[in-house]
Amino acid sequence: MSEMIKTEHLTFSYTDTVTPNKLSLDHIDLTIPAGQFVAILGRNGSGKSTLAKQFNAINLPAGGRVLVSGMDTRDPNNLIPIRKEASMVFQNPDNQIVSTVVEEDVAFALENLGVPSPEIRRRVDEALKTVGMYDYRLHAPHLLSGGQKQRVAIAGVLAIMPRCIIFDEPTSMLDPQGRAEVMEVIRHLNKDFHITIVLITHHMEEAAQAERMVVLEKGKVVMDGTPRELMCRTAELSRFGLAPPQTVALVQEVNRIAGVLMPSDTLTVQECADRLQTYLLEGGVRA
Amino acid sequence: MLKDITLGQYFPGNSIVHKLDPRVKIILIAVLIVMLFVTNTLIAYLLLAGFILLTVYLSKLSFRMILRGLKPVLVIILITGILNLFYTPGVEVLRLFGVLSITREGIFTAILMVTRLILLIAGTSILTYTTSPMQLTDALERLFSPLKALHVPVHEVAMMMSIALRFIPLLVEETDKIMSAQRARGADFDTGNLLQRGKALVPILIPLFVSAFRRADELATAMECRLYQGDKRRTRLRQMTLCPMDGIVAGVCVAFFLLVLYLQQTA
Repeated sequence: MSEMIKTEHLTFSYTDTVTPNKLSLDHIDLTIPAGQFVAILGRNGSGKSTLAKQFNAINLPAGGRVLVSGMDTRDPNNLIPIRKEASMVFQNPDNQIVSTVVEEDVAFALENLGVPSPEIRRRVDEALKTVGMYDYRLHAPHLLSGGQKQRVAIAGVLAIMPRCIIFDEPTSMLDPQGRAEVMEVIRHLNKDFHITIVLITHHMEEAAQAERMVVLEKGKVVMDGTPRELMCRTAELSRFGLAPPQTVALVQEVNRIAGVLMPSDTLTVQECADRLQTYLLEGGVRA
Repeated sequence: MLKDITLGQYFPGNSIVHKLDPRVKIILIAVLIVMLFVTNTLIAYLLLAGFILLTVYLSKLSFRMILRGLKPVLVIILITGILNLFYTPGVEVLRLFGVLSITREGIFTAILMVTRLILLIAGTSILTYTTSPMQLTDALERLFSPLKALHVPVHEVAMMMSIALRFIPLLVEETDKIMSAQRARGADFDTGNLLQRGKALVPILIPLFVSAFRRADELATAMECRLYQGDKRRTRLRQMTLCPMDGIVAGVCVAFFLLVLYLQQTA
């Protein structure tokens, strides 16, 4: 099975008395192959979190359908298998940690599944080691930093051994260090465990680390491609409420002022520095 | 004030008290509580106090932790002591302002009641300090599981309890934050009469309630995502199995309690 998640003409709307006909999701056709790292972006209210909630049957389609590993989310019998395949990490780590001891929290999902206790122990330890929180297994979550708590929350879904993890703005409540920790874990899961990652975010720097980015606006997919292609389309991005990464903005600014045409697909600081260096060494000052 | 709430706080450790089966712990603490209420002699109290101190020592908890746990109930302890001191009839030893009289029996009962309260709280806090809330609720669930036959939602109640314990520190922190925010807007919580102070609390309670509901909603979704389906064929990370050590500890404790009762009878 190469398609992890597939939506077909997916529509959805919240019961809303002010704008009863507004579609939160408007005919979305999206296919996410297994093993892909895809970032979903968009301004507040663009429907990105609403879309994420369709991927593991928290919300069900009003029209069209969603298939997770080929299973239709509308069939109640598929609910448990779907949530084993595709699990979700939320924005606020405090509101998804159930227990007062780290390892017991990680064990929660496995306990719910009725996994025998030695197997729970093994999978909990493994999950905690993967996110680098094994040394904290007996700590109380409320004494951990934001980044650490979010890693515990990731371990909690990792223990289920899902093939896909959906992250709903996992770093928006964290400080820069916590954000870096969590992004590192996410990349690790994708690269070394081949877990499909759907990252809902509004940080362009985070989206730049994905293989593919999808931009939503008013419940529609308006851009879909690799970050390298899309990030330099600054005008389009800003129309959808997104600012390009600073590395892209810098190169474009140099282009504008010096009147040159350097390619501005510089997604990392390193790339950006290299490109500017080449430009300066080639005597770009001429221009 | 809010930082003093240590209720339901768990301090992980590897001591014999930590390792004891939580069911055994709960039953022993229950017996200890009953013991504290049925005994009323000095010798019994000394022995029980010694027992509690020994348990604290064995559990490698710091005595300061136990004292911290007493702080929030200090007022209740003091009031109990003072009331008993003045309102117990008996042989008068001292008369204050012509109306208040302290009796010999009064002094004795006051000391007894205060020690009883302190030992009660110290004893029960050993239980919560050395047992993780999950273990605690699991144990309660197991102990009360016969009630399931009577359609009592034992698992659900146990789950609610453990979540409540988990959210205490969070809500305390949040209350602090809201109070600071309201103070910054000029709210006054520290002056005025009782009614005024009560009214001042409303702008704290409302945001707190709203956020508690939001948290509850998010937690419920997160729990569903992690496949929570209620009581259906759940297993546990730590299987609770009674080992010989539990039996030995329980035996020693019961023997000790019986000895205390015996001494109380003969004294």
